[in-house]
Amino acid sequence: MKTQGSIPLWRDARFWWVVGQVLVVLLTAIAIAIFWSNLSHNLQQLGIQFGFGFLNSQAAFDIGETPISYLPSDNYARALQVGLANSLRVTVFGIVLATVVGVTAGIARLSDNWLVRQLALVYVETLRNTPLLLQLFFWYFAVFLGFPRLPAHIQLPGPIYLTQQTVALPWFHTTRDTNIWLLMLGANLVLVWAWHWWDSRAAAPALPLLLKLLSTLVLTVAIALSVLESEFLRWDAPRIVEANITGGLQLSPEFGALLVGLSLYTATFIAEIVRGGVQSVSQGQWEAARALGLKPGYILRLVIFPQALRSIVPSLGNQYLNLAKNSSLAIAIGYPDLYAVASTTYNQTGRAVEVMVLISVTYLSISLVISSLINWYNRTVQLVER
Amino acid sequence: MTLDDAPPPALSITPWHWLRRNLFNTWYNSLLTLVCLWLLFQVLQAVLGWVFTQAQWTVVQTNLRLFFIGRYPPNLAWRIWLVLGTVVGLAGLSWGSLAPPRSPWFKRGVSIVTAIALGVAILLPLPLPPRLWLGAIVLLLFGSFGLGKRFATLLKPQLVWAWLGAFPILLWLIGGGLGLRSVSTNLWNGLLLTMLLATTSIVLAFPFSVLLALGRQSNLPVVRWFCTLFVEIVRGLPLIGILFLAQVMLPLILPVELRLDRLLRAIAGLVLFNAAYLAENVRAGLQAVPRGQSEAARALGLNPLLVLWLIVLPQALRVVIPAIVGQFISLFKDTSLLSIFALVELTGIARSVLAQPQFLGRYAEVYLFVGLIYWVFCYSMSIASRRLERHLGIGHKRT
Repeated sequence: MKTQGSIPLWRDARFWWVVGQVLVVLLTAIAIAIFWSNLSHNLQQLGIQFGFGFLNSQAAFDIGETPISYLPSDNYARALQVGLANSLRVTVFGIVLATVVGVTAGIARLSDNWLVRQLALVYVETLRNTPLLLQLFFWYFAVFLGFPRLPAHIQLPGPIYLTQQTVALPWFHTTRDTNIWLLMLGANLVLVWAWHWWDSRAAAPALPLLLKLLSTLVLTVAIALSVLESEFLRWDAPRIVEANITGGLQLSPEFGALLVGLSLYTATFIAEIVRGGVQSVSQGQWEAARALGLKPGYILRLVIFPQALRSIVPSLGNQYLNLAKNSSLAIAIGYPDLYAVASTTYNQTGRAVEVMVLISVTYLSISLVISSLINWYNRTVQLVER
Repeated sequence: MTLDDAPPPALSITPWHWLRRNLFNTWYNSLLTLVCLWLLFQVLQAVLGWVFTQAQWTVVQTNLRLFFIGRYPPNLAWRIWLVLGTVVGLAGLSWGSLAPPRSPWFKRGVSIVTAIALGVAILLPLPLPPRLWLGAIVLLLFGSFGLGKRFATLLKPQLVWAWLGAFPILLWLIGGGLGLRSVSTNLWNGLLLTMLLATTSIVLAFPFSVLLALGRQSNLPVVRWFCTLFVEIVRGLPLIGILFLAQVMLPLILPVELRLDRLLRAIAGLVLFNAAYLAENVRAGLQAVPRGQSEAARALGLNPLLVLWLIVLPQALRVVIPAIVGQFISLFKDTSLLSIFALVELTGIARSVLAQPQFLGRYAEVYLFVGLIYWVFCYSMSIASRRLERHLGIGHKRT
């Protein structure tokens, strides 16, 4: 076996396999070492020591919106928590709103009504081709701050009040018995599920599921109403009282502009994804469903959408991630989200490295949570093959 | 004329038929149409009323130059015109030589673009010299298009080199130095800066993205691991976070002697961000090249580098051209974020126009105008990308 030894070293794949990796590790290590020495030298020049101890010192700045309690005398850690809560609030509501608008617009793009189709097209092409930041500026400065100042106001049917200080919508409020209600309704669902499962073991179920659900629900609600003598949720409409708005859900213009801007922008991308997904289902499926005599609404819901979801869900997840990341643009219109609070923290303390680490870790965790949720859902809609 | 030669009977669709078929074919469609019409009427009434009676467009009219080139010295504006002329000339040459020989759309396309450009040149409320410049540039587009079409076979292989060669010359024209009066980067503003940021960062990010994509496909576990980590971390962060990193952290990790100005730091951040996103597109292209291609090339005795350079990359990159155009569009929009870091590009100049005391509160007019500029660029790029996709015969085939 002399020939083995005669392969020159530089033509040997195994040699390069080892040397290539060693080289990469070495180069990276050298680069990191240089950056690190520069960093520590520069930080020393600035008189800053690395460490997260500053999080315990007093923040001493005010935050406009505090979903969890916060005072300027609290520490930076608490301020950052408030920022995170604000970010999560706008992200969650934004995802829900963007999905609703996006799916509607996506289906409208495929409607057989010419006018509906064109309107959806105009909406998608206008908002998709302009920067989100500009749209946020437009919504905030031109629209939400353009509303009249109290006591003047614009009233939309609903009743919805639009003013410069606040946008008030009717909303549900929980009552003291809401938890008991939830418990009873949950028990009801479990009961129906058990009943149906028991029933379906027999050859033919005695009652359809919907009927079982309806009848027990009526019974539960009747019992709950007579025993608890309170509502599940109270419908709370805003009212104008002496040049002030009370009740309902009151949104700040910053939150409103961010929510509207983010959702309408993301919804255009979702609309295109939904349209692509629906169009990816083969024409034969439509024809077969029509041949069975299904109505258009049923065809979409029972035949097309379950198949379209397979190609929609992964891209939808990407858009949710984008929405979560884009919520950081809040700083431009003064909504105190995580990035805005972190930026203020940096300006006050000069802790660039620590703030950067905190921002990165938090956004990466948010991204990770969203993508694992979407992946989990994706597995449930995927086609099961061998 | 025999019966066989006769054209098919013209499909006569009366407006009434069209309405019946497209708007009122079922009861719910009729309802939908009426609701939409009512909404459309309300919105149009409000918007048109605002545009023609309440809006004060003087803010746009007086600041046109600011929007396009910002505070670039007015007496040096000829250099920007020269830059625009070069770009338009090169674009015309590329368009002419790349377009398929006898397709009807681009003849129509050229006429439409020319007509629109001429219309803008005539209608814009500008003094005479810029109008003459605009007219000359429109003619240049027309001429270079014809030239490109005429010498298509000769020009086609040289296009990439022409663009790459023009790039430093254009930068020199804008920035000065080497015989020209130099202009500080602080004065590169408005649309000029937006375009510059977008093109520079995509051109610089491209080689990195190819390396990252190759690294992610590599059979060396350490390399693969590094590249995957980098791409996933950058993609998990918001762009504004990356820009913060570039603006604040870059001066800290570089030696004190190396002071990058704000613009360079911004470009560094954009390059970092786009390299990660482009890498995923390129990876998709690499995965689309059948294994047989590289196996065949290796069987011919090519070494791994040549296999990559001559066989795999040309096929992979061709597939991802539309995706790259898509990335360019989003990059073009994303440059607006730099206004948060005090760079005066198109969105930044909008804010400084709004700070002028005589135009306080004219948000809607300014933002709508700036939005229109962005829209025109992004929309035409997305149309071009769709055409390109069809021309290259890639992407989804209609069944």
